[in-house]
Amino acid sequence: MSSTILSVRDLRTYFHDSNGVARAVDGVSFDVAAGETLAIVGESGSGKSVTALSILRLIRHPGKVEAESRILFDGRDLLTQTETEMRGIRGNRIAMIFQEPMSALNPVLTVGDQIAEVVRVHTDATRHDAWERAIEMLALTGIPSARERASEYPHQLSGGMRQRVMIAMALALHPDVLIADEPTTALDVTIQAQILELLKRLQQEMGMAVLLITHDLGVVAEVADRVVVMYGGEVVETASVTELFAQPGHPYTEGLMSAMPRLDQMAERLVTIPGVVPASTEWPRGCRFRERCSYAWDLCEIEHPPLYSIGAEHESRCHLALEPLRRADQHVPIAAIVGART
Amino acid sequence: MDTDATSRRLRWARRVVSHAKTATIVLLVIVLVALLAPVIAPYDPIAQPDIIGLKNMAPSLSHLFGTDSYSRDVLSRCMYGARISLSVAALATVIAVTLGTLYGAIAGFAGGAVDAVMMRIVDAALAIPRVLLLIAILALWNGLPLWLLVVVLGCTGWFGLSRMVRGQVLSLRELDFILAARAAGATSPRILLRHILPNVVPTIIVAATLGIGHVIILEAGLSYLGLGVQPPTASWGSIIQDGADQIGSAWWISLFPGLLIVTTAIACNALGDAFRAALDPRAGSVSMAELDS
Repeated sequence: MSSTILSVRDLRTYFHDSNGVARAVDGVSFDVAAGETLAIVGESGSGKSVTALSILRLIRHPGKVEAESRILFDGRDLLTQTETEMRGIRGNRIAMIFQEPMSALNPVLTVGDQIAEVVRVHTDATRHDAWERAIEMLALTGIPSARERASEYPHQLSGGMRQRVMIAMALALHPDVLIADEPTTALDVTIQAQILELLKRLQQEMGMAVLLITHDLGVVAEVADRVVVMYGGEVVETASVTELFAQPGHPYTEGLMSAMPRLDQMAERLVTIPGVVPASTEWPRGCRFRERCSYAWDLCEIEHPPLYSIGAEHESRCHLALEPLRRADQHVPIAAIVGART
Repeated sequence: MDTDATSRRLRWARRVVSHAKTATIVLLVIVLVALLAPVIAPYDPIAQPDIIGLKNMAPSLSHLFGTDSYSRDVLSRCMYGARISLSVAALATVIAVTLGTLYGAIAGFAGGAVDAVMMRIVDAALAIPRVLLLIAILALWNGLPLWLLVVVLGCTGWFGLSRMVRGQVLSLRELDFILAARAAGATSPRILLRHILPNVVPTIIVAATLGIGHVIILEAGLSYLGLGVQPPTASWGSIIQDGADQIGSAWWISLFPGLLIVTTAIACNALGDAFRAALDPRAGSVSMAELDS
């Protein structure tokens, strides 16, 4: 594996308010290697978006990244950088794209202006050069007649076009890391595939790392190299994408996979994971997934599971690693899950 | 939406548009006359040709609006008065809008304690009636220079607008594209000036149009009280005051500038309402095609 470009160590982002402390991200660690795609998967409330915003230090009051956290980027701890230093990194070396391209673009500025602005913020480029760069980027993201499109406003473009604009804006300065927060969730399925294809192509051309945040395992299977599964503000499983789909270690991952509708199996009803993510102000004692888990036994309530190593670069935060036979007792069709995406 | 509500909305929109068209024409004519006053005014507005023989003449073909007690031509005075009244109102509004926008934007963008303190100051200022405040300030001077009147009118007219701008900025700064701009490395001043303020422009346009009508009336009122534009300079308000003593015998001196004030103020309000209807997304947009049908 190539060198690590971004390393998140024991990230804790807490939101303090009058109701107590919401521990949205609670001790998350992972590494992103240069040029790879790491997917962070989890449902709403699992802390994945807060993790992304924490990396760029865009968490607003009352949210706070706790003191013991470390975010190492290119040898520097981002959490100790000054605000000016951070501004030099945002959009320049670490860029971000958002879920809803309509609301993430300013409605009263032309798309060309918005891309050119990023260039002008970070470089000495003249107005003209920045504009030319914007057109170049629009063309690179596959927007036809980019020169004309650059003078249009976001509302004149389709959803897919807008997301291309967002990507053009994010990649204008060849960042080392692109954080993509649910980049395809708001798009039609056919457009989703095009955007993912585009991201993949640009990633290969520019050699950047992508931190892909999604709840969609289909997207993960398509583009990710490695996967971090988050639940309850914690990492519950880390694995390469093939390993994860072949052998999900954590019952939550298993649940996510069986919740995916499949074309090759007739099903009357879609499978769901019972219950909801508990409130981040009071995570349950022991394992945070315990109340929704069909394997849970008394150990799960007594002891908060550590990340067990269950294979080559495969970790799972589940006591099943100690007693794998418990899984066999259950009538969960593992065979159906294994190979689901291979 | 049911057809009944649609047609009602459409009727309402057509009415606003037709009012706005009339208002625009009226305002254009008044502004044009004001600009061309030196060319088209039939007489010198401050000349007193025959203070005994031509005093308080009723409207006639030679003096369409009559003459005042100093034998001056009221029509010419109204034309020149328009220059003063309109420019005072326009400049004062520019000052008010600039101050209100900046103050409100800073308060809304900063948020927290800064916002709280800044808005309590505005609350205090809003609690004092503007006319009373103006009278108090203007009474300090004896014979106020015109530019100072403009400044004072501007500096007392921005409180309401600053509240509106502050409210909008407060909601705008939570939007995704502001977060996106931050994620792209933009500085706070840049975000405020380039990303937030352009989104507040509709509010500012509406406030400015409505504000001009208001300031015209205010200036007239102050001039009427002798606190505004000083004689012999003519403004619509001061012409009304010239005729106030003879309103029973020589009604024309006060009536014509009074009508001009009312017309201009109503036209400004109609235009402001049309802008609001056109720029406020909650009002529901009506396409031009629908309007023409």
